[in-house]
Amino acid sequence: MSGFPIPPNRKPTLIREFGWAEVWTIVLGIQATIVLSLVAFTGGGIGGLLVAVARTAPVRSLRALAGGFIDFFQGTPMLLQLFLVFYGLPVLGLKVNVWVAAAVGLTLHASAFLGEIWRGGIQAVPGGQSEAAHALGLNYFARMRFVVLPQALRLSFAPTVGFLVQLIKGTSLAAIIGFVELSRAAQLVSSITYKPLLAFGFAGLCYFTICFPLSRMSARFEKRYSIKT
Amino acid sequence: MTYHFDFGVLLPYWSQLLNGCALTLWLGAISTLIGLSIGLLTVVAKRSQFAALRAVATGYIEAIRNTPFLVQVFFIFFGLPTVGIALQPWPAAIAALSLNLGAFSAEIIRGGIEAVPRGQFEAGAALGLSPLKTFRYIVIKPALRTIFPALSGQFVLLLLTTSIVSSISAEELTSVAQNIDSATFRSFEVYIVTTLLYLAMSMLFAVMFKAIARVWFSYPTK
Repeated sequence: MSGFPIPPNRKPTLIREFGWAEVWTIVLGIQATIVLSLVAFTGGGIGGLLVAVARTAPVRSLRALAGGFIDFFQGTPMLLQLFLVFYGLPVLGLKVNVWVAAAVGLTLHASAFLGEIWRGGIQAVPGGQSEAAHALGLNYFARMRFVVLPQALRLSFAPTVGFLVQLIKGTSLAAIIGFVELSRAAQLVSSITYKPLLAFGFAGLCYFTICFPLSRMSARFEKRYSIKT
Repeated sequence: MTYHFDFGVLLPYWSQLLNGCALTLWLGAISTLIGLSIGLLTVVAKRSQFAALRAVATGYIEAIRNTPFLVQVFFIFFGLPTVGIALQPWPAAIAALSLNLGAFSAEIIRGGIEAVPRGQFEAGAALGLSPLKTFRYIVIKPALRTIFPALSGQFVLLLLTTSIVSSISAEELTSVAQNIDSATFRSFEVYIVTTLLYLAMSMLFAVMFKAIARVWFSYPTK
């Protein structure tokens, strides 16, 4: 395992100081973390919408399928989901790099979780809304598009932002399959400087700087439009 | 598609995999016990009248909730030895998992206590009950009813999170799977089976917790 500290009396001579170059390496890692989070969140947003609509569809088999998809991703570790994509895509005959594997894995994960969050939102919209739209002659797609989804998404804004925080933290697991982002950069810096406390402490601070404002925003919105059941 | 699945190579390893499941469950159980205690203490600190204690509790909760578990584990396992706190993989894993659960459960528990209407505390005081008795006889049951679903969900989440401690070579199901992977080179098969084992464990607990909730907390709530 890289990054394991070597006892002081056996330190090799080629140890780098923890200087600006090392700080910069970690800061560059933030970029990859943010891009990966945005890709997964966007992909998961599209997938999640499909999952949420399928989960509340008037077709029984569609509901069961979406339910199974959600249960699988909520009931298994995210790390194993990444492993399955990473080792599974080659099985399908596709060549993968870690970027694609991490993006696909996180997108599927986000689709399931956002799907479940938005399913809750859709079901929290009073049934009368959908019935009224029906009475006005709107078909299923128009009812969803113009009446139910806009309200459902607004109701689920707080948990959606809360999940974004989870997803950003989750991107750190891509480091384990070798994707260089914030955590992996900290690991690399830790192993060349032998200052793991500083490297991981600084990485933690970087994550905190990104996640804390989002968490606060989520908490504020939760107070404002909490779903009343 | 030219890949040929071969789950047969895993057969000799079934006892290792089951042993991995047992280790994962142990890790989850120990961390839950310690983590819930930390969570309770944190709630007490967070509701105390001393501003400093409240600030420490808030700082701890926010620091844990807004950083990834992987970084927390690395900080504890690789970072702390440089200041003289060297932990073996298993104790380091338990420390990280407990601290993580402590922060998340504190928020859940606090939410449950705050969901009990103020009037109930006041009614207890009006009846001449001490704060402790008010808590014991009035507040605790509705509070538990509110938090039980979230808390049991958090336990399942913790069980899934234990997979991450394989990265500091703490022994549990995922690290067992990694060993089998490097012995058989059948990565996909190994990880499918491992993933399904996790799925079975989390579903088992989900069903169990639902049954417990029905038995213990099901009198008409309104």
